[in-house]
Parts: sequence; C-alpha cells; structure tokens
Amino acid sequence: MDIYLPIAEITADIFLLLGLGAVIGFLSGVFGVGGGFLLTPLLMFIGVPAPVAVASSANQLVGASVSGVIAHWRRGNVDAKMGAILLAGGIAGSVLGVWLFTLLKRIGQVELAISLSYVLLLGTLGALMVIESFRAAMRQRRPGGSRRRLHQHYWIHGLPLKTRFRRSKLYISALLPIGLGFLVGILSALLGVGGGFIMVPAMIYMLGMPTAVVPGTSLLQIIFVAANVTFLQAYTNRTVDAVLAMLLLFGGVVGAQFGTRFGTRLRGEQLRFLLALLVLAVAAKLAIDLTVRPPDPFFISSERT
Amino acid sequence: MNARPAAAAWLGAISLAVALFAGGPARADEVVADLSNHLIAINSSFTGTSVVLFGATDGPGDIVAVVRGPERDLTVWRKAKILGIWANAESVEFGSVPSFYAVAASRPIDEAVPASAAALYRIGVRNLKFQNNSAATPDRLSVFTEALVREQQRAGLFPTRVEQISFLGERLFRANISFPANVPTGTYLVEVFLIRNRDVVGAQTTPLVVSKVGIDAAVSDFATGAAAAYGAIAVLAAVMAGWLASLPFRTI
Repeated sequence: MDIYLPIAEITADIFLLLGLGAVIGFLSGVFGVGGGFLLTPLLMFIGVPAPVAVASSANQLVGASVSGVIAHWRRGNVDAKMGAILLAGGIAGSVLGVWLFTLLKRIGQVELAISLSYVLLLGTLGALMVIESFRAAMRQRRPGGSRRRLHQHYWIHGLPLKTRFRRSKLYISALLPIGLGFLVGILSALLGVGGGFIMVPAMIYMLGMPTAVVPGTSLLQIIFVAANVTFLQAYTNRTVDAVLAMLLLFGGVVGAQFGTRFGTRLRGEQLRFLLALLVLAVAAKLAIDLTVRPPDPFFISSERT
Repeated sequence: MNARPAAAAWLGAISLAVALFAGGPARADEVVADLSNHLIAINSSFTGTSVVLFGATDGPGDIVAVVRGPERDLTVWRKAKILGIWANAESVEFGSVPSFYAVAASRPIDEAVPASAAALYRIGVRNLKFQNNSAATPDRLSVFTEALVREQQRAGLFPTRVEQISFLGERLFRANISFPANVPTGTYLVEVFLIRNRDVVGAQTTPLVVSKVGIDAAVSDFATGAAAAYGAIAVLAAVMAGWLASLPFRTI
C-alpha cells in the first residue's frame, strides 16, 4: 500500500517504512545506538531527498530512544548522572558542529567530510573492538590465567574534578564524559546522527563503563541530541517529514522494546563483537562508495553554492 | 486510465469544434485546446496521474504540446578522483530550469517541425535554454547542461518518451499526459502548437496547477507556515509515541 509523503514529496510503501522502522528500532534497543547511520542511507535509497532523510531520521530517533530508555530504566540500566554530563558536553559540541557543517556546505565538500570522518572513525573503532572481543574470548578459554582487574588505570585517571558514578561503578574525572560528549556533539551535528555509534564504544573502552549500563545511558543522551536536531531542522530547513517519521516511529518504538529484551540476554562480549562487525560493515560500505567510480560523476543539488 | 475522463475529453473536443465552426470564418483561432482537469490534487494515496489534453484545429495539421513545470535554480556538481577519493570537484549553477518538462506530438518532432522552429519555441529538451552565471567555457558548459538533462530524465522529471497525440478525423485531437509520483508542485503551463507545412501557424497556452490537498497540504503548510511549532510538535509526538509503545511491555 502506497502513501504520499508531503515533505519528501514522494510516494512510498507503508509496510516498507514500518518494517524499516522496526529493524532500526530493534538494533537501537540491542546496542543503544540510534540507528540513524543506517536509517538515513536507507531512506535515501528509496528516494527520500537527503536533507529530509537526515531530519526525519532524527525525529524517529527521538521516539525510538524514549521507548528504549524506558525499557532500560525498568532494568536499572541507566546512569542518569553520566547521561546528564555527556549531554552538557554534547550541546556545546553540536553548536560547533553546526557551524562546521555550514562552512563545509559553503565550499561544497560536506558529503566528502561526512563520509571520510565516518570511514576513519568507524574503521578504527571496529578494528579495536574486534581485537578486544578476540582477546576476551581467548582469556575465557584459559581458566586460571591472570585475573582481570576491574579496569585499567591510565593517565586520564589523574585528571581533576573526580566524580563518583554509582551506577557505572566508576570514580573518574567529569572532564572525560564532558569531552566525549563534546566530540560526539560535533560529529552528530556534522553527520546528522544521534552519535550513539561513536558514543557506545567510547563509553565501553574510554570510560570503562560496564556494558549493561551503556545502551540505556547512551539512548538517554540521544533523546536530547535528536530532539535538538529535529527542532533545528524543522525550524531552519523545513525538512522534517512528520508523516514519514511517524510511520518509522510506529515500527521503531515496538522494535526497540524487543531489541532491549534481546540485548539483555546476550553476554557483554557477544554484544560487543556483534557491534564491532556492524561498525566494520558500515565503514567498509562507505570506503567502497568513496573509492569506486560513481555510475555518473555528475549530480544535481538544489543548494546554491 | 478509465473511460470516463476520456469520453468527457472527446465530448469537450467536439463541443470545442462546434464552437469553432459556429464562430464562422471571422474567427482567427487556428487551434483550441483544453485539459480534462486543471488541478492535479496530491493526496496521501497519490502515485502519479495523467491528464487528457484535447482540442480542435481549423484544418489538417500536426500538433505538438509542451508541458512545463515551475522554474527553479539548480547546481550541477561533477565528481573527480582526488587522491584516490571521489570528491566534488566542479560545479555550475543553472537558473530558470523547468522542474518538469514533457512533450507530446502527433508525429515525431523532427518530422513535424524544422530545427529552427523547435529551437524558437523550445520544443524538446535539447532546445531548453538555462541561465547560468558561471565563467565556464562553452565546451564545459555543454557537458554540464547534458548532465543536468540526464539527471532530470533519470528522476522522471523530463520524461524521455514523447506522448502520442492522436487525431479523430482531421480536426479533433487528444493526448494523455502522465505525471510521476514525484511531480513538483506549482503552476504549470501547457503550450499547444499547430504545425502546417513544417511551420507553426497557431498556438495556445493553458495553465495546470499541481497542488497538495487534504492532510498532506495541511502538514506541508504547517511545516512552512509555523516552522517552530511544527518542530516542537514533531518532537513531542515522537516522545509520546515512544512512551506509549513502552506501556504494553511494562511487565516483561
């Protein structure tokens, strides 16, 4: 059954959109990633103009994240204090990110910057995560091996403003989550995604948070980032397609609930390994797109330079 | 296409023809044409549509019709390999590009009209003139212009197929003009040319409006008219939907 999307100005199949929303929602429940990195390209693939795809994905992200956070909250898997500090950094970062986006758009290189930063970030993160998962698997095979410490101590643990995060069982400098939030804020404004993809691995490996608390806390932060992006896009660019977003949401909110159930049954290492594979797959896809000759080197944009 | 609009079109054409002849020899209208519908309404179930163009001539001849959507500005980019990566290398801005352009004709355009007349009346995509404000060389400009047309054709906005105009007898003609689901909104102009001995001897222009109606029009008006409120409501609706969806799962 087809439906006309008033802002995207195209016709799409209702069940395709519902299914798309459900799959993305499921992933976001399992991993605590928003799924914008998958949703936006998929929407563009079915013919939604890029600006509308970015903005409407952000709108659907808000709903899916709320649904996911509630599910995680009931299991006590949300570190609200950590989330709030990450968010503070994130808001500051997104201001810088929006400025960068405008600058890059003016010189016509915004897509290149987006793809390149995705490839570099995701490629590095994915590789590190796969290596780590293998190490963890090896350690388990050798019972009686050296006992693992709760977490390693680096120079970053010497930073000031030490704060206790009870849920995350951490006592670290508040500057760390602020810095991380700032970085993710820049990226999410630039890449038009919630940033969970970068946030989740960074929370596990940089901050050393327990895997169980990561998805809920990341989603909490994503709600606010995505809400901010949705509002700004609707206000400045008028590119939020509410009909499209609501259809995606319908599938997405349900998918997120099932994803959360599924995710809590997986072991930490399994979760991390699957996430690593997903990250590498997206990085590989983007790298191929960048280096393979496009079918037509010309394309039209309605933006004025 | 169902039979009713087609029948209505024929009826219209016949009444037009009657009016034409009743007017007597003093009338100078060589060609009269109209559309079965002057409004294409885009609603939630819109998947493209077609409109019947019909009319009458004052004698034998060929008919060529051009459908032109509202004009807009576009930028064409060319990607090039820079350090192993395909990046946007060059761009040319074009002004007054029709957002939709289709042609219908009673016989192949090359046979019906000489190239000079086709160029003068801008019949066929090759004869479209776009403004551009670049200092590009003519060679480079023509490459970019070709790319612009190619991309518009791929998007279905410059249909490559010339719609057939059929005659009933010598004077009554009709054609189906199809519009894809992604037809841009705005005011269109349909120009109808009567051609005799490879020369344009009569012309008529009739408007066509493509507009969103119902809930889609409401959403799109709201999104442009009250952008801040629209954004806030979009966020709130998403939050509500997320919360509602979590309710049935409370006990799990």
